[in-house]
Amino acid sequence: MFAAVNIALALVLSPLLLGVINRTKAVVAGRKGQPLLQTYYDLWKLMHKGAAISRTTSWIFIAGPATGAAAAFTAALFMPCGTVPAVFSFQGDLIVFAYLFGLARFFTILAALDTGSAFEGMGASREAAYSAMAEPALLLALAALAREAGSASLAGIYGQYGAAHWSTSGPTLVLAIAAMFVVLLAENCRIPVDDPTTHLELTMIHEVMVLDHGGVDFAFITWSASLKLWLFGSLIVGIMLPAGATPPESLALRVGGMLGLAVAVGITESMMARLRLVRVPQLLTGAGALALLALMLSFSMR
Amino acid sequence: MALLFVSIALLALSGVPSIVGRGRAPALIAAALAVAGASVGSIPAARALVSGESSSFSHAWQIPFASFSVGLDALSALFLIPIFLLTALSAVYGYSYLRGHGRDGAGASPFFFGILAASMAMVVIARNGMLFLISWEVMALSSFFLVTHDDASERVRRAGITYLVATHIGTAFLLALFALMAMRTGSMEFEQWRGAASLAPSAGALFLLALVGFGTKAGFMPMHVWLPEAHPAAPSHVSAVMSGVMIKTGIYGLMRMLSLWGAPAEWWGWTLIAVGAVSGVMGVLSALAQHELKALLAYHSVENIGIIALGLGLGLVGVSRGMPAVAALALGGALLHVINHAVFKGLLFLGAGAVIRAAGTGEIDRLGGLIKRMPRTAASFLVGSAAISGLPPLNGFVSEFLIYLAAFALLGAPGATVFSAMPGLAVIASLALIGGLAAACFAKAFGTIFLGEPRSDAASSSTEPPLAMRAPMTILAAGCIAIGLGAPLVPRMLAPAVNSFTAGAIDASALAGAVPILTMLVAASAALIAVAAAALIVRRRLLSGREVKRTVTWDCGYAAPTTRMQYTASSFAQPLTSAFGALLRVRSHAEGVDGLFPEKGSFSSHARDFSREDVFEPLFATVASWLARFRVIQHGNVHLYILYIAVALISLLAWSFGGR
Repeated sequence: MFAAVNIALALVLSPLLLGVINRTKAVVAGRKGQPLLQTYYDLWKLMHKGAAISRTTSWIFIAGPATGAAAAFTAALFMPCGTVPAVFSFQGDLIVFAYLFGLARFFTILAALDTGSAFEGMGASREAAYSAMAEPALLLALAALAREAGSASLAGIYGQYGAAHWSTSGPTLVLAIAAMFVVLLAENCRIPVDDPTTHLELTMIHEVMVLDHGGVDFAFITWSASLKLWLFGSLIVGIMLPAGATPPESLALRVGGMLGLAVAVGITESMMARLRLVRVPQLLTGAGALALLALMLSFSMR
Repeated sequence: MALLFVSIALLALSGVPSIVGRGRAPALIAAALAVAGASVGSIPAARALVSGESSSFSHAWQIPFASFSVGLDALSALFLIPIFLLTALSAVYGYSYLRGHGRDGAGASPFFFGILAASMAMVVIARNGMLFLISWEVMALSSFFLVTHDDASERVRRAGITYLVATHIGTAFLLALFALMAMRTGSMEFEQWRGAASLAPSAGALFLLALVGFGTKAGFMPMHVWLPEAHPAAPSHVSAVMSGVMIKTGIYGLMRMLSLWGAPAEWWGWTLIAVGAVSGVMGVLSALAQHELKALLAYHSVENIGIIALGLGLGLVGVSRGMPAVAALALGGALLHVINHAVFKGLLFLGAGAVIRAAGTGEIDRLGGLIKRMPRTAASFLVGSAAISGLPPLNGFVSEFLIYLAAFALLGAPGATVFSAMPGLAVIASLALIGGLAAACFAKAFGTIFLGEPRSDAASSSTEPPLAMRAPMTILAAGCIAIGLGAPLVPRMLAPAVNSFTAGAIDASALAGAVPILTMLVAASAALIAVAAAALIVRRRLLSGREVKRTVTWDCGYAAPTTRMQYTASSFAQPLTSAFGALLRVRSHAEGVDGLFPEKGSFSSHARDFSREDVFEPLFATVASWLARFRVIQHGNVHLYILYIAVALISLLAWSFGGR
């Protein structure tokens, strides 16, 4: 029952995160900003459109967004919330969770290359490069958490953090969170890696990959992007949920935490400029180093 | 056992009709015989794999130290099955692929193909050192003749020589290894070596000899130099067999020797993990920098052999520490990857052959848009690409997942310290990096070859290959999906092989603990597929009755786009090759356009292979220049040579008498 609510919250509330991020950036910049529900309006509008599809493309172009949405949805089935269980839970499920996004990315990149556009090829190339470098950071951070929790499953990791844990292994958790936050920014096309609001195709990463998609396909893409943000956010927020909370409390705290995280992302985006593309690998290597340090600390803290 | 002998005999003789006869009929008979031989052989192999029972046969032989001892156990069976599978499929494919080549598919190629298949099977079942080495050498020579099939080309001849030299360097180490063991135990029989106390003092040296000797065949870095030369030179179905299964005989040999030596030292595991990490990461990075499809696939073989070594090394660490879960999962993952790599790499090489045959080139940057011209080849190639990138729900993910599970089990072991967990940590970090890079590399390969618009006339006029070439690819693609979705059945298949490798030192039933996990994994895969299908149905429902325009790709308003303005494979890989530039050392040469009326500009890049260009070439040059000193005794003057003979005889006589 609560598991279903957990998934439903992810599916329904995830587009709100983009609205919160944009509103935060607007407020910091002294603008009024777009409505909080703008992503929902966009999705509604896109779902009612027809399509314009390039003659160059093949079935891959259509399979890309559908696979991306399916992978994000399936990943949502892996994410517990405190003591609220996930649909799929087993030792090593965190690897499947990470690789599902790999599958989504593989098809998104192929769908971009399917258009034969140099711009989309450029975006695809950058996405492939940066995500390949983010992958070790994410898995090492998860390994550090798994080591802390004594369990290689997301349920084991996220079912038990509390004040006691924080007092004994705070440094590991902080470093893991820092690494995962960088990965979150990189994987979800946020500043300082990618600027989602830029208007120049040459400087984009994710937005330019989906330049040719429209209508229902683009709705799938937008929705799976927000779900991905929600799930990566859950990796971070889940660590801060108190251990003894009842399921309704956990769910409520998770929603609150996610909104807080969206504000934090918005503030980060407001305070930083986008890095030069050649600097991004350094940022991601740094995240990997933090994750490695977290993992090594998890041994000495016990 | 009898069935296996029939099978090997059929395989060995399968190519004879094609050297005797002319035209298509003998080639067809050769392919049919190879399929028959492989099918017959797979019956006892499958039985041994599942039951775990072993059988053996021994017969005396006149050659010193040799005996005709063969045996079939689960470990041999696990390697035999991919050998038979790929042999049969490649024989069918080769029948069609070689049409119009040389003597229209007849001639030496099917003959040596049969010999290669038979010798690989012999290597895997040999239980005597001499028999093993003879089979090993037959395997090396027959594959050399297969590689040099197209010997009119200078590049092919060069590749053939590189392969011949590399494989014999490896064999030299094996000779030393076997001679050392024979000296210590007084026998060449594997059974006499099993657990022999006299081997224990030099076990470390034996391990290193085996690592280099078998590693050269397997393609461990830095001994991999022959792979990226030989695979592009060989006909594609030969590459499929060589890369899919022949290099695995190196892994087999290493595992067979390890299984005989008893308890492994922990540093062996660490060494294999280090070798695996270097091979895996450098292999996939080098693949990213390649411009030729088959060279790219060859470097991916190095990468996948690296993954197998990671699993094997972690398994050895588990065995030496007495951790059944770690050992069984890691060894199971490594062994499953042996099979998986045979399936998807075989598929990809066959697909590469279809592309090269259709477009006349394997240069990735000259292809494009083939998915519309060869849809079935494209679909199979896509399955292979996703599988080799280790993406769920396909087979490559299952084997990597098992190795990951082992690494997490090592990290989570009670009382683990940073130092003791280091192997697990290295495995997780390397697998994660390799996975992301492999996905990038195959997105590059598939995206540039099959998607977009054709970049050359040859690519735009390419067509689907005949059924005899398509069917093997479809079967292998189905295999990738079947192993991925049948994952819960896999541990039961692997457990006997793990048992026969560890000789009972480790309880392989720990592998059965992965069954519920893999069942959940498959349930998640089913959910994934169902949701993707649902999304496509929703899309179709929503779009029905609405306007779906076919138009051009968004070109930013540019009036005259050409297909050559598409992103190329080289530019796709550029961010990664430059980020890892310190390791890859890509050399580029550019002539820019300048002046008011610029002439043609040009750009070319080339990735240096560190071990080839900086280790082996200087080493060989040094040896050659040192040996050149001996040229002074070569005059070409017959009288002088007679004098040499006389001097040699007289001094031998003197020595012989003096010695008494």
